[in-house]
Amino acid sequence: MPEHDAAGSTRAASVFQARAVTKVYAMGEVQVHALRGVDLDLYAGELVVLLGASGSGKSTLLNILGGLDVPTSGTVRYLGRELTTLDDAGLTRYRRDHVGFVFQFYNLIPSLTAAENVALVTEIARSPMEPREALALVGLSERADHFPSQLSGGEQQRVAIARAVAKRPDVLLCDEPTGALDVKTGVLVLEAIARINRELGTTTAVITHNAVIAQIADRVVSLSGGLIASVQANETKTRPAALSW
Amino acid sequence: MWAQLLAAALVMACGIATLTMSLSVTASLGAARDAFYERYRFPHVFAHLKRAPRSLEQRLADIPGVARVRTRIAVEVNLDVAGLAEPASGRIISIPESPPFGLSELHVFRGRLPEPGRGSEVVASLAFAEAHGFDPGATVRAVVNGRLETLTIVGIALSPEYVYQVRPGDFLPDDKRFGVFWMPYRELAPAFDMDGAFNDLAVALTPGASERDVIARIDRLTEEWGGQGAYGRDEQTSDRYVSDELAQLRGMAMLPPTIFLSASAFILNIVFSRLVRNQREQIAALKAFGYGRAAVAAHYLGMALLVALAGSSLGLVVGARLGAILTEMYARFYRFPAFDFQLSRPGLIVALGVAFGAAVLGTMGAVRRAASLPPAQAMRPEAPPDYRRTLTERLRLDRLLGPAGRMVLRHLERQPLRALFSCAGVSLAVAVLIVGGFMQGAMEYLMEYVFFTTQRQDMTVAFVEPASPSAADEIARMPGVLASEPFRAVPARIRAGPRSRLQGVTGLPPEPRLNRVLDERERPVAMPPEGLLLSDSLAEILGVGPGDAVTLEVLEGQRPTVVVPVTAVTRTYSGTSAYMDSSALNALLREAPVISGAALSVDPARSRELYALLKQTPRVASVTLKRASLDAFEQTIAENILRIRMFNVVFASIIAFGVIYNSARVALAERAHELATLRILGFTRAEVSMVLLGELATITLVAIPPGLLLGRGLAGIITNVLGGETVRIPLFVSPSTYAFAVIVITLAAFVSGMVVRRGVDRLDLIEVLKTKG
Repeated sequence: MPEHDAAGSTRAASVFQARAVTKVYAMGEVQVHALRGVDLDLYAGELVVLLGASGSGKSTLLNILGGLDVPTSGTVRYLGRELTTLDDAGLTRYRRDHVGFVFQFYNLIPSLTAAENVALVTEIARSPMEPREALALVGLSERADHFPSQLSGGEQQRVAIARAVAKRPDVLLCDEPTGALDVKTGVLVLEAIARINRELGTTTAVITHNAVIAQIADRVVSLSGGLIASVQANETKTRPAALSW
Repeated sequence: MWAQLLAAALVMACGIATLTMSLSVTASLGAARDAFYERYRFPHVFAHLKRAPRSLEQRLADIPGVARVRTRIAVEVNLDVAGLAEPASGRIISIPESPPFGLSELHVFRGRLPEPGRGSEVVASLAFAEAHGFDPGATVRAVVNGRLETLTIVGIALSPEYVYQVRPGDFLPDDKRFGVFWMPYRELAPAFDMDGAFNDLAVALTPGASERDVIARIDRLTEEWGGQGAYGRDEQTSDRYVSDELAQLRGMAMLPPTIFLSASAFILNIVFSRLVRNQREQIAALKAFGYGRAAVAAHYLGMALLVALAGSSLGLVVGARLGAILTEMYARFYRFPAFDFQLSRPGLIVALGVAFGAAVLGTMGAVRRAASLPPAQAMRPEAPPDYRRTLTERLRLDRLLGPAGRMVLRHLERQPLRALFSCAGVSLAVAVLIVGGFMQGAMEYLMEYVFFTTQRQDMTVAFVEPASPSAADEIARMPGVLASEPFRAVPARIRAGPRSRLQGVTGLPPEPRLNRVLDERERPVAMPPEGLLLSDSLAEILGVGPGDAVTLEVLEGQRPTVVVPVTAVTRTYSGTSAYMDSSALNALLREAPVISGAALSVDPARSRELYALLKQTPRVASVTLKRASLDAFEQTIAENILRIRMFNVVFASIIAFGVIYNSARVALAERAHELATLRILGFTRAEVSMVLLGELATITLVAIPPGLLLGRGLAGIITNVLGGETVRIPLFVSPSTYAFAVIVITLAAFVSGMVVRRGVDRLDLIEVLKTKG
């Protein structure tokens, strides 16, 4: 359902609503306040970059949005449903049905081929696409039968993206997807993410500490010290191919 | 990791415990036997004869090599014991007026020796007295030379000749129905018309004397007096049983420990390989700081030896305790007056050495890898695992497998040696269970074979003297007798080349129905018109087979010596035996048809009536009841077998759990990253557990068939090790034994899996996002 912003223009419906989210965890005897009261909305179909330095709380926020962690206080709603009251089985179900993950270190299963890694997820999804179709989306059709040890870093990450989107998730969460890659390969990966966001309309959140990457986003949420420092909309989105860092 | 090292230490402890126990019990039993024999002057040579004058004693003493001679009277009597419906029998042996006897002294536990001139005072064997709860002062009635006499038990004792008290013809003790008594010569001789004579002798040899020569000379001297062939300790019934037991213990000492220590080595290999891989960076750092190969090797070796120390310490303590329990069990059974558990010092050293050896062997590869790891290489991340399509997939059998199934197979195929070790460990556990079950199944089979398939009679009656066949008819007409089958039994020596054996020959009717003889395929054998049938055990001792000829020296009557062919070899699991057609035996002895006794089939409802009558029949020397033998068998052997089986189940479960749990822990540790990834992707805990447990299930399933085969192989080895003259173990592994092994292993695998599965629930999902895996 489209919503109206303060200026009265329409915008897509809110997919995520986080209110007063805090996260405190213990590291030995020290209490670490990773999030100190975050309010955030993510809208359907947008590409958001969560930008911040190491320790800013961006990963913690992503983990909570992805159902991997629960806040110490506050609420997080996904399509009106409160995630914070779900138990482990409920969160697993949520991740299984709605969320696609892309990790910094790809996290492919080394004993499965590219196609099999994607099939791993499509076999438990409700209405997935064909694994080879997902691989085609990221330009790796001809590498479907290769093992991760036979793929480059960028190819592995693109397989991971294919795996994430093959189940047609409502949300795609990417944690430093280019962190382990060189610029050229990183650009390829970002192009894949951007294409999926564009063509499939998947709400996408990308964590990075690299401000250059923020140029590809619809909005940039900057975090610092466990709080949202600023939220800025990009008037024009830069194509990943034009990026350089 | 401590849990895995604990598992390895526990399995090692089992091995050291069984080794310590076996070595110590063997040492204790051997020491007790030797001490008892030495102190109570167990003779070296024995002989029984018909009757000889006591003056022969000096000539026997003059034989070169003879240190001491003791002549005596030994007679078999029928007993009438109050409260015992069935007939019992006994052997009464004469003793000098006062100790020392010179040879074969008595250890008196309670009471005293008979006093001269006090009539029918006797000393009773401890086993018999205990079976009846007799104390000094108790009485027992015996048919002494046709008259029922009341014997008063004044003492209860043990003789080195009757540590194992078995009635002639039986193969297990029946303490309730067979006893040994000692009576002064002066009282016994007149009752059996043996004044100034003897019919039994015992001889001690001088050190270095030739037993063979002494036996030959004794045989020559006693031949004219009805000598039945002298023999040494190796053919003395009691010592043969005790020696067989010792030999079995010694034989079995090495088998269980080998299994356990191998499993322990497997586990250590897996744990330390993983440890070295995980600690590559630390190893690199140490080497960068200047630690050499030797120091790194010493570090890991030290850790392995620490595990060995922990395992062997626990094993020694448990082994000592088990050994003490087993020793007490033997002490009660053999009744040696002094029987202390000795923790064998050489045994301790062997145990420790073996434990350390196993630890070193198991970790050698990993230690060598750690020591030789180049520092620079160690600092680099390990190359990503390289996977290929498995054999199953190359054979296009993978269509049945989903991604999870392929993960399992490929992971196993990538480290074939480790998978092999894990499988081998589980196979060992299966084999141990088979061995335990096999023993029980084999004993049940043996019982069935001995007591029902071959011995169809309920009772065997032996006569004082050979009687005409009409005696069998007379007995057949007694109340309760349903069938009667006579037999002729003669003492003999059978020679085949340099080998010989004192062996009674039993003459049977052409087609015996009660006392059946089966061939090696367990089919009934008819008595051939001529020739001997030898039991497989005897044929093996003599080194002969069907078609060979043996020399038969009969030691009774006219004592003919003839060469006879071995017509067939029969299957027997207890003792040794030789059979012949009874008419052929009579003809050989050049005697009219006579019988030595009869096998009877009895109506249980009238058995008491029959017992009472037999007790009063003068011509009857002894009555052996099959029921009693069966009870004795169940009591002595069956109970032990159950205990052994219980140990086996416990030990096998420890091995199985140790190996499978360890493999599961290692798999979990190695694949934690993968498994956590699957959880993040939306796999439930149960689904992720299936991936982990699938590997364990595959290892277990693959390990079971070779384990069953290995178990059968081990059972075969055990039948050879445990097989002696007294009892041979049939190689029979029942389907239920196999099934039991499979069920226990599956359960152990399941429990290990469930324990490790909890690790899946505790996977740190967030850590996965930040690490390379």
